[in-house]
Amino acid sequence: MTVYILFAVFVSALITFGLRALPFLLFHGKRKMPEWLSRLGAILPSAIMAVLIVYCLRSVKNDFVGNGIPGLIAVLVVAASYKWKHSTFISIVAGTAVYMVLIRII
Amino acid sequence: MNEAGFPWYDSLLISVTVYTGAFQFVLTTLMSAGASILTIALTAFFMNSRQTFYSLTFVDEFSKMGRRKLYMMHTMTDETYAVNCTLELPEKEKQQVMFRVAILSKSYWVIGAVAGSVLGQLIPVSMDGIDFCMTALFVIIFIEQWEKADTHFPALAGIVMGLICLFVFGESRFMLPALIGVSALLVLYNSEKIRKAAKEK
Repeated sequence: MTVYILFAVFVSALITFGLRALPFLLFHGKRKMPEWLSRLGAILPSAIMAVLIVYCLRSVKNDFVGNGIPGLIAVLVVAASYKWKHSTFISIVAGTAVYMVLIRII
Repeated sequence: MNEAGFPWYDSLLISVTVYTGAFQFVLTTLMSAGASILTIALTAFFMNSRQTFYSLTFVDEFSKMGRRKLYMMHTMTDETYAVNCTLELPEKEKQQVMFRVAILSKSYWVIGAVAGSVLGQLIPVSMDGIDFCMTALFVIIFIEQWEKADTHFPALAGIVMGLICLFVFGESRFMLPALIGVSALLVLYNSEKIRKAAKEK
């Protein structure tokens, strides 16, 4: 284990805990959080999830055939199977299997 | 973790100290690419900032939990938040259940991470592409949130902003501008909505 990894993990742990602790430091007792912030908090999760999906499929841009097509097809498999069965397990297994097969044959 | 070339004790260390979902996987990717500490710090900040909003809900309740408070803050993840939100119990009982949920979730996570890492080394065939399971999970959470939402604007804004930033800033640098951009857009969207509601009155 290198110093780099230890440092990276330490910084990540510190920031992650700090973020979870922040509201406890900022808003306790009489200090209430501002309205705009709690409103943003309510709708931010769906937007973050969308950005994360784009993040996962980011290589679509530079390697459309080898990586993009398998990724997009597998996402469709996940979405369609989830809409159909509403089973997290089935959709993850099906989508990942399709992806793993496609990147080998395309 | 193992797929990215890290030994099992790295998984253990990260799961025990950082203890978060998606970012742990991103952290692995960043470390194997040798990303700068600043990039890692900023990514941690933006990927986990959503958990600040989870804590906001429980400031009052955790503050009454004495010595367990710090542990409750540390274990505030998407999963524990979701479970805690569904609890309808008397105060003392609820505190006990929330504490047990926190301990069990973390145990499963740590055991799972180490087991995955050790077993991964025993699998002889190429597991290229197994990381797609994360994409699949995000797609599923996205669909769930989409079905529950009364407005699809945040989800659509996330996709559009993500794509625009991907093409403007490129693969390795688009996450931060995308998250800042979409947050700003959503603050504007909220204030516009309030203005409209006020007008209608």
